[in-house]
Amino acid sequence: MPPIIEIEHVTKQYDSGTRALDDISLDIRDGEILALLGPNGAGKTTLISTICGQVRMTGGRVLVGGHDIRTDWRAARKLIGLVPQEISLEPFEKVIDCVRFTRGLYGMPPDDAYLEQVLRSLALWDKRDARTRELSGGMKRRVMIAKALAHRPRVLFLDEPTAGVDVALRREMWDVVRDLRNQGVTIILTTHYLEEAEEMADRIGVIRKGRLLLVEPTEKLMGEFGRKRLTVQLSTPLPALTPELQELGVALSPDGMELGFDYDTRAERTGIARLLGEIVALGIPVRDLATKQSSLEEVFISLVEETA
Amino acid sequence: MNWQAVRTIYHHEMSRFFRTTWQSLASPVLSTVLYFVVFGAAIGGRIQSVEGVAYGAFIVPGLMMLTVLQQSVSNASFGIFFPKFSGTVYEFLVAPTGWIEVTMGFVGAAASKAMLIAVVILLTSFFFVGVHIAHPFWMAAFLIMTAISFSLLGFIIGLWARNFEQLQIVPLMVITPLVFLGGAFYSASMLPPFWEAVAKLNPVLYLISGFRWSFFDIADVPVKVSLLAVSVMLVICLFLIRQIFATGWRLRE
Repeated sequence: MPPIIEIEHVTKQYDSGTRALDDISLDIRDGEILALLGPNGAGKTTLISTICGQVRMTGGRVLVGGHDIRTDWRAARKLIGLVPQEISLEPFEKVIDCVRFTRGLYGMPPDDAYLEQVLRSLALWDKRDARTRELSGGMKRRVMIAKALAHRPRVLFLDEPTAGVDVALRREMWDVVRDLRNQGVTIILTTHYLEEAEEMADRIGVIRKGRLLLVEPTEKLMGEFGRKRLTVQLSTPLPALTPELQELGVALSPDGMELGFDYDTRAERTGIARLLGEIVALGIPVRDLATKQSSLEEVFISLVEETA
Repeated sequence: MNWQAVRTIYHHEMSRFFRTTWQSLASPVLSTVLYFVVFGAAIGGRIQSVEGVAYGAFIVPGLMMLTVLQQSVSNASFGIFFPKFSGTVYEFLVAPTGWIEVTMGFVGAAASKAMLIAVVILLTSFFFVGVHIAHPFWMAAFLIMTAISFSLLGFIIGLWARNFEQLQIVPLMVITPLVFLGGAFYSASMLPPFWEAVAKLNPVLYLISGFRWSFFDIADVPVKVSLLAVSVMLVICLFLIRQIFATGWRLRE
């Protein structure tokens, strides 16, 4: 199956000389969730805005559904829905009118049955006659998604969809995104919440200083770059670390009941065997063992440091 | 061409007008009545007629033009400024709509509103004075062309404005003086020769003159010149809007 979006050597340079996008090439597969990660000013929003038509690229080519966004922009844009980072709604407009308006802008004839389906799927149907200023922040964000879906796009861009929302609402938004993917919509999201990408994305792209550092399946990225922590729970408290354990970099919990050991899963020798050997040799009584994958945040920091 | 988008923007803008029909119509009608009282009754009592037309009737085309110009500019400028203010303007940039569709939707609605109010003013004037329209076709043509031209100008002002102050400054400081000095309440021929020459530098004079000709068959300047003036303005405004959208000036900031 051909990619739904083909990004070829896209560059964006501002008049000031700032290079916001530097030779970015990327294929986005139909039906996937791709998360774009990167620090502030990395170029994530610029890339999205370029594909959607808000920013003009200085070089390269983007095809959406096979349509060039410059020469065949009407056909390309019809396939795209955009939820920008900032909530932008006309305050006195009713929810249903907002959604109808966007549908019309995309050249689609009125279809209230479909819009009802969209609003219901986002739990907004009961609020269809409410003015947008009367809605909570979470509802407003869902209205933004409803607007972006009003013309049945095949690709949905979500720019920081959960920026500034509480944990409960974030999880609710994740459910919405998963439902959309199940309906066959390709989703590209940018996020600062690395947990979000880890939780939802099929693939993760890392951008820094306008360059796409890598695009990998989430699991592979975690496996390749992930650090793990081995926790050894002891049956009796250990008063202090022995020189052998200190040499290995093991940490002892304040109550003396737990040993902590960080290791790199990519390393040829993780040091686990040596640690366990030392524990046995020292006769330290062990009650339990556990390992924990490090968060994507730590993965991300290590990646950026490596490529800096 | 995305006609559905044009219809959508047009209906959206018109629904704003009809949501507040009372305010939209009451204010211009009240102003017109006051103008008739002040200019028609008070001053008209001293000026019997201008070039053979009763003064009360003479000011009707000027009053209509005054309203059309003000309403066209304010409706169109507010129409596009508000999405900029609320941030929803991004939709016009990412939707499959070109500058022409966006302009047609906003300008079409602004011009329609202005013309609707002008017609209400004309109907109101029938209660005060006897008005005869000599060239109804040309009256409609001038009305439409002027409403569209000044809606285009208002649209540019709305695109340019960064805040509400800027939005109001041009209509207040430029449009209103031009209309008052453009012969809305007098004929340019009533001025001394020097000031008559100065008045003819005012583009609004040509619009009011042409419009008044369509009512009474009298004009300060040849009708063809009036038509040319409004056509030139229309083309210049369209060109500027096209450039603004092409460069993204004040739109993609």
